[in-house]
Formats: sequence, C-alpha cells, structure tokens
Amino acid sequence: MTTTAPLGAEAQTGPDASPTDGGRRAGRRIRMNSGTGLVFVLPFLLVFGLFLVWPVVQGLWMSFTDSSLSLRETSFVGFDNYAEALGDPDVWSSLGNTVFFTAISSVPLVLIALAMALLVHSGLAGQWAWRLAFFAPYLLPVTVVTLIWTWLYQPDLGLANQFLDTFGVGPVGWLSDEAVAMWSIAGLTVWWTVGFNFLLYLAALQSLPSTYDEAAALDGAGAWRRLWSITLPQLGRTTALVAMLQILASLKVFDQIYILTKGGPNGSTRPILEYVYDVGFTGYRLGYASAISYLFFAVVIVVSLVQLRLFRQED
Amino acid sequence: MSATATTVRARRRPPNETVGSPLLLGHGRLPRVLAGTALAVLAALWLLPFLWAIATSLQSEQDVATPGLSPIKGAFTTQAYEQILERGNVPVWAFNSFLIAGLVTLITVVVSTLAAYGFSRGTFRGRRALLAVTVAAILIPPQLLVVPLFEQMLLFNMVDTYAAVILPQVVAPMMVFILKRFFDGIPRELEEAARIDGASEFRVFLSIVLPLSRPIVSAVAIFVFIGAWNNFMWPFIVTNDPDLMTLPVGLATVKDAYGVQYAQSMASALLAALPLIVVFLLFQRRIVNSVATTGLGGS
Repeated sequence: MTTTAPLGAEAQTGPDASPTDGGRRAGRRIRMNSGTGLVFVLPFLLVFGLFLVWPVVQGLWMSFTDSSLSLRETSFVGFDNYAEALGDPDVWSSLGNTVFFTAISSVPLVLIALAMALLVHSGLAGQWAWRLAFFAPYLLPVTVVTLIWTWLYQPDLGLANQFLDTFGVGPVGWLSDEAVAMWSIAGLTVWWTVGFNFLLYLAALQSLPSTYDEAAALDGAGAWRRLWSITLPQLGRTTALVAMLQILASLKVFDQIYILTKGGPNGSTRPILEYVYDVGFTGYRLGYASAISYLFFAVVIVVSLVQLRLFRQED
Repeated sequence: MSATATTVRARRRPPNETVGSPLLLGHGRLPRVLAGTALAVLAALWLLPFLWAIATSLQSEQDVATPGLSPIKGAFTTQAYEQILERGNVPVWAFNSFLIAGLVTLITVVVSTLAAYGFSRGTFRGRRALLAVTVAAILIPPQLLVVPLFEQMLLFNMVDTYAAVILPQVVAPMMVFILKRFFDGIPRELEEAARIDGASEFRVFLSIVLPLSRPIVSAVAIFVFIGAWNNFMWPFIVTNDPDLMTLPVGLATVKDAYGVQYAQSMASALLAALPLIVVFLLFQRRIVNSVATTGLGGS
C-alpha cells in the first residue's frame, strides 16, 4: 500500500517513519499527541494481555508442570511432559489422523472452490443464486451441519445408503467403518466450508484485468486455451493464499469430528486437538495437554514457514 | 455524506460483477451448455442436504422412519417444529446466541477500531513492537488457549457465566490488522483540518474516520458475528448450565437424546440455521465484497 507522497516528502521522512506514515510530511505535521494514540490502543491491550498473552504464557508454564483439574498441588516437572508426548503412540496416531484429514480435505477444498468460481464467473445468469447455493453452508454452525449429515449418513434410512441401495450397492458404514469414516468427515467438511474459498477465488477473478484475455481472444485463442494459459496462471497468488489458509484451517480440525464420531471408530478419526481435549478435560491432565498443544503449535509454525518459503519461491 | 456513499458503492461494484466475463466461454453454444450443466449439478449437490433436511423436518417421525428414497413419505406436518418450540430449549439457546454473538461483536468492533486507529495514527513509544506482537498473534490457533483459558476462568470464578463465554472471544488481532490497514489508506487532510479547528482526537475518530470506514467496519462486524454465532469449542467447554448454552452447544448436547427423532433434529437444525441465512441475504453484497477487499473473513 503506497501512499502518494508529495515531492520532497521522502527527504523529510525520518528514520522512524514507516511507508504508511508518509504522505503528509512535506507540509506542517499536525498529528496526534503521542499519549493519545496509546489511549486508543489501551482497551485492546487490556483484553489482548488478559485473554491472549496470559493464557499463552500460562499454558507454556503449565506444560512444564503436572497441573491437573483436580485440586491437588502442582509441581514443576521440567521436560517430562514433552518427553512423554514424543513417546506417546496416541500423540503420533492422532497427529497422523490430522495430517491425513488435511491431505484429503485440502485438495478438493481448493480445486472445487476454483471450479465453482470459474463457472460462476463465466457469465451465466443467476450469479446471486449460485453464490448463495455455494456459500450458504459456510454460514451454518457446526452442530447444524453435523445434525444434517448424521441424517444423510444414517445407516438404514439415510440418503447416502438409500441412494446406493437403488444400485444394489451398500450399505456403507459412513461413520462406523474405520476405512470410510475420515472420508465421510472430509466430504462433510468440503460441503460445509468450500464457500469461503469460492468467494476468495471469485473476488480474485473479478479483479483480474481483462486486457490479456481480450488480446488472446482477438488472436483467436479458444476458451480452454485462455483458461489454461491466461486465467489460471493469473490466479497463482490467490491459489497460494487459499491453499495456505486451507491447510492451516484443516490442521486445526476438531469440532465436526468431536460431534460426529468422538474420534471413533477405534480412534481412527481422532485428530490431535481432540486428543488434547481428551487428555485435559476427560483425563484431567492439564499440564500434559498443554505440552501436546505446544508441540502441535510448533508443527503449525513449521508448516506455515515452509509454505511461506515455497510460495515466495514461486513468485 | 450521501455523495461519498454513492461513489463508494459505485467503486465497490466492479462493472463485470453481474455479467461475469463472457469472454471466458467464448461465443460458442457448446461451452455455455457444458458450463451451465456443470454449475447446475454442483449447485444441486450443494442444495440437496438442505432440501432433504427441510423435507424431513416437515414429516411425522413415523413417516421419516419408513424406508424410501423420496424425502416426502407422508403428509406434511409442522409437528416437529411445534414439539421443539414447546420444549423451550431452542428459544432460550437462540436468545443466548443472539445475546452472546451481539455483545462479542459490539465489544470487538469498539475495541478493535479504537486500537486500529491508535496503531494507525498514534506516535507513542513501542507502537511498532506492540503492532508486531499483535500481528504475530494471528498465527496462534485459538484451540491452543482453551486449556489455560479454562484454568483462568476457574481462577476468576467465571465458569458458567456469560462473561466467560464472551470476554475471551473479543480479542481479534486479525480484525485490528485489517482495520489498521484500511485506516492507513485514508488521506489525512480532513483530520488535520479538524485538528486545526481544535477537534479532540476522539471527535476526529468518531466524526471523520469512522464514517469513511463504514464498509470495512460493517464487514468486520458481520464476520465477527458469524464467527461468534458459530463458535463451538469455547462455549462448549465453559458452559455446563443448559440455560447459558448457545444454539450450537445446546443442539450438540441434546443430539444424542433425540438422535433417533430425525424430523425434530432436522427442524431444530433449520431453526438454528435460519438467522444466519437471513443475515447473508441482507448483507450479501457486503459479505462478498469484504472477502474481496480484506481477503480474510474467519477469525
């Protein structure tokens, strides 16, 4: 975001000025008193400190203790929790489930969103209705989504199995078969959240300059050709953004799985965040739960950094 | 003001928004038919669960339990809706959801716009460091905070109160960041003129900056509201009293209780979905545009 600074503004920009501060420096500076700015920020700093910084620090401290929900005294245990977590097969299996879910949900969530946006943008009538159809599920609370899909996935009367039955196939244990359950959850998640990615793509498409497209059309390039050689390459940055946000969101999966399967059957759908919840609130081991959360946070940070690296290289 | 509003609206609606890019399909007939079919199939797939749920909610429980692919197996009845409303939980939870999401939105918007203005225009010491910490906090998954936040609520003796559900949700570093970037782009001349005339900083913020920022502020408000309305994990953990539960939490706790009564569970799902669908219909353009301008909506 570059501001249009008047001539000579640069020369007067002190070492302290950020680009966004520039602009009006050339003339007289009539600015806020330094104390006033802080007053505006103060309420935010208060809630930020209380409900974000405090729990982050508190959680980190707890991860080095045997803190629990029972009223027993807690003591410092050093890196014991972390060592235990690294050797805990449940940590690894739930982390594996999380990664598997992220893999099978992110790809369709990006590709289907792209297809939807391209189709809606292609100039067919009824924009408003298509947008509502694809985005509406994103507005639903998780419980509503799971209520509807529990019914669709219902073994005897559900739509999914009754539909298969007309072809003489099935019944499938959508949520009770270990090999199928995670795919069912991914399907629900795609239906539920693809609308947000769809809107990101649609917005990107609408802001693309049409000049290249027009030039190529004049040169006789067909629709497919222009899609592959012009539109899709221009969406590269958006795809990077959508993919990155999607992977981070998928890694944090918890709500729909917890409500639908409680991690079952046989732990096959339990994501790492549910294991944290189980350990902390069912097993009462808050210290150990904190250690697992922080290990997971480290994974999230590493994934973010790797993605930033990859996408920067592509640019 | 009305002149500004018109220009803003005109600028925010790209000329090709309603027609899309006709070039993408060329002038042939076949690509149009193919694209139209693909679009219709996808939209039908996305609407199918809604339609199936609506049809189920309008049947009696006995009819729902009859096998058959058609969702309409017997006479239509609003019995399921009546039973839910009679039981009284859903209206209480809907009230809680409105109260909680409304207060979260109000507090978040006030706190975040003030902070964004302070960060954008302020010159106080440590401004950059504080901003950097705020931006870094965007990366922290909220789930990481659940365990220590719960401990904190125990310490404050706030478990099972509205305050415990609301307060931790009002911290929105992402929204502060989005608003600050918007404020940064507003030219300073108007403010400076007002300051010369002796207007207080708060006055400048309230009567100059805020009116110019109405689109972004309402976009932030809408997304905070949707986020708070749909939030599950935190309200679920911090409330045990059924009278304090939000709709998502309440419905989850009774799901098992009437899991076999599909007409009722579909009716309650649709009742809970209704307010947000209405919000979307009312603010559709604003929601779509806000995703376009900020690139981000979720918390």
